[in-house]
Amino acid sequence: MSITYIDAIHQAQAELLKDDESVFLYGQDIGKFGGAFKATKGFQEEYPDRVLDSPISEDAMIGMAVGAAINGMRPIVEMQFADFSSVAFNQIVNQAGTHFYRTGVPIPITVRMPCGGTPGSGPFHSQMVESIYSHYPGLVVATPATVSDAYYLLKEAAQLDDPVIFCEHKFLYRWLKSQAIESDELSLGQARLTRTGKHATVVTYSAMVHEAVRAADRLAEEGWQIEVVDLRTVKPLDMDTVIASVARTGRLLALGEGFPWGGVTSEVISRVVAEGFHLLDAPPLRLNAKDTPIPYHPDLWAAHRPTPESIVEKLRELLSL
Amino acid sequence: MSSPSVPFPKDPAGGPTLDGDLIRTVYRSMITARTLEAKLSSLYKAGKIVGGVYLGTGQEAISASLGASLKRGSDYFSPLIRDQAGRCAFGEELLDATRTYLGSVEGPMRGRDGNVHRGRPREGMPAMISHLGTAVSMVSGLLLADRLKGTLDGKVGATCLGDGATSTGSFHEGLNLAAVEKLPLVVLVADNQFAYSTPRARQFACETLLERASGYGVGGTEVDGTDLKASLAGIQQAVQSAREGYGPQLVVARLLRLCGHGEHDDASYVPTELRESLMGRDCLAVGRAQILEDGLSDEVELLNWEQEAAEKVQEAVAIAQREHGPDPYREDWRAVSVEGMQ
Repeated sequence: MSITYIDAIHQAQAELLKDDESVFLYGQDIGKFGGAFKATKGFQEEYPDRVLDSPISEDAMIGMAVGAAINGMRPIVEMQFADFSSVAFNQIVNQAGTHFYRTGVPIPITVRMPCGGTPGSGPFHSQMVESIYSHYPGLVVATPATVSDAYYLLKEAAQLDDPVIFCEHKFLYRWLKSQAIESDELSLGQARLTRTGKHATVVTYSAMVHEAVRAADRLAEEGWQIEVVDLRTVKPLDMDTVIASVARTGRLLALGEGFPWGGVTSEVISRVVAEGFHLLDAPPLRLNAKDTPIPYHPDLWAAHRPTPESIVEKLRELLSL
Repeated sequence: MSSPSVPFPKDPAGGPTLDGDLIRTVYRSMITARTLEAKLSSLYKAGKIVGGVYLGTGQEAISASLGASLKRGSDYFSPLIRDQAGRCAFGEELLDATRTYLGSVEGPMRGRDGNVHRGRPREGMPAMISHLGTAVSMVSGLLLADRLKGTLDGKVGATCLGDGATSTGSFHEGLNLAAVEKLPLVVLVADNQFAYSTPRARQFACETLLERASGYGVGGTEVDGTDLKASLAGIQQAVQSAREGYGPQLVVARLLRLCGHGEHDDASYVPTELRESLMGRDCLAVGRAQILEDGLSDEVELLNWEQEAAEKVQEAVAIAQREHGPDPYREDWRAVSVEGMQ
């Protein structure tokens, strides 16, 4: 019996609904239909008042959640696709993100963002949003890469008193399986050393963790030992783990599936250069998706985002410097 | 509480009759607001207030009517920039206003936000953001939370905006959501002819914004916002309809803003004919005449109210002026409440 990444998200929400009456779910088609990805399947039958279908109104969905949070609830909002959160951008960054600093009243909302590419999804159902939301104050941004992290980080997110942008990767939903949900005692804000090595560090998150491990496997056949750090949350950014890894390897590749201009990978490199310049044996490198909208055709899509091949190529460059 | 399935009547029968004491309360809040805002304007022009000053001159009757129709402690009031009178009527302390305008660290916003961007979210008065229309869904959320907790019975949430804000997607999404959930929400639109400098003809194409109500499936009322008694009657009825379960209510008040968008703006774009028309009447003058005509007060008492308002304003300004602003060296610079999450 194995459990998938989407099963973990389903299970976390089931337990949150059961254990805490202040938790409710709000989103498009999440009721009887169970959500576009079935992350809420079966919940409305059990909790008809706390699992609510919303109109196609991303702005109002977040505005409503903020009001409910002020009034003692812990809403979990499902964006049908992370891409559509651009419509809710104002409410997320200006209403939710500023509220605690301005008023002293925290906003415990969780916004589930099905993000990232799958073949054939095209420009508007494939985007990564972690960089854009990390830029704004007042938001916590989680990017789980494993089945267990999807479960534990979602539960922690819903229990946190602050707004959490929960970036769950659609490519991992059914592809990623685990025998069981297991805790390794890491909490929100702590990165994981996914794989140890000594020649170079790949700092990454979300689905790219798995691509990085594949790339590391290939290079291992040639004797290179690549360390992989899974950030788990990109905000807060666990620089202790990142710097410790760079101290061991002396080489850094920051890897992300988002667009290349700015963002999480830039932030990682900027901080490592500022805080650990003396640890670096070579210039740090970045690898992101390409600077175009995300293409529809599977062949174009596969080449748009980093792949084990392009990661291997980038790591070879890094190791040769 | 389950929502009633009856269709929303345009004019629910049995609207409230106006209570004399309520009219007095509303008018007194209008005087206090006008007095405070005149002082704030002077302070701004003397360079004592950093940032903008936004007045509600000409909109006091509708704003105070709404504030006075709500119950502090159970209802929600989410004011916008021209609602000093509504804030007074709802029971916001004058000190909250002066402290926020003058940047006192003792105020509810502690110098972190200013002027009209103030509130006490856990006391039923959210703090507005500048992005128009966003409070419609937020107040809906306050009410939805009460529905989920089983504490909605008899509660009302209200928010205010201008004609310009009705052009936003936020307004549309929010009011539609409130209508779908049949929430006891009152949205008061001050159709004050200009959104900053843009005339309403460049803002929307319908004859009156009241037409929007049927499109959303919500109750609708139009009032003459320059007329205290007419405004209060219409707003009382809308609040009562929401309270009794008839779903969201849209109140459109026709009036003219009798000041600039902010005190930096001389409002030279407002044509003289409009200023001199009936729409350009000052609701305070109209209200005063109504109160005297109905024998609800007399010249001596009204003069006393004005003097008391001046004294209260003077005191609130003096206290806030003596207080310190925030200390940047002691600021914790934290945007999230949980340690380590930034």
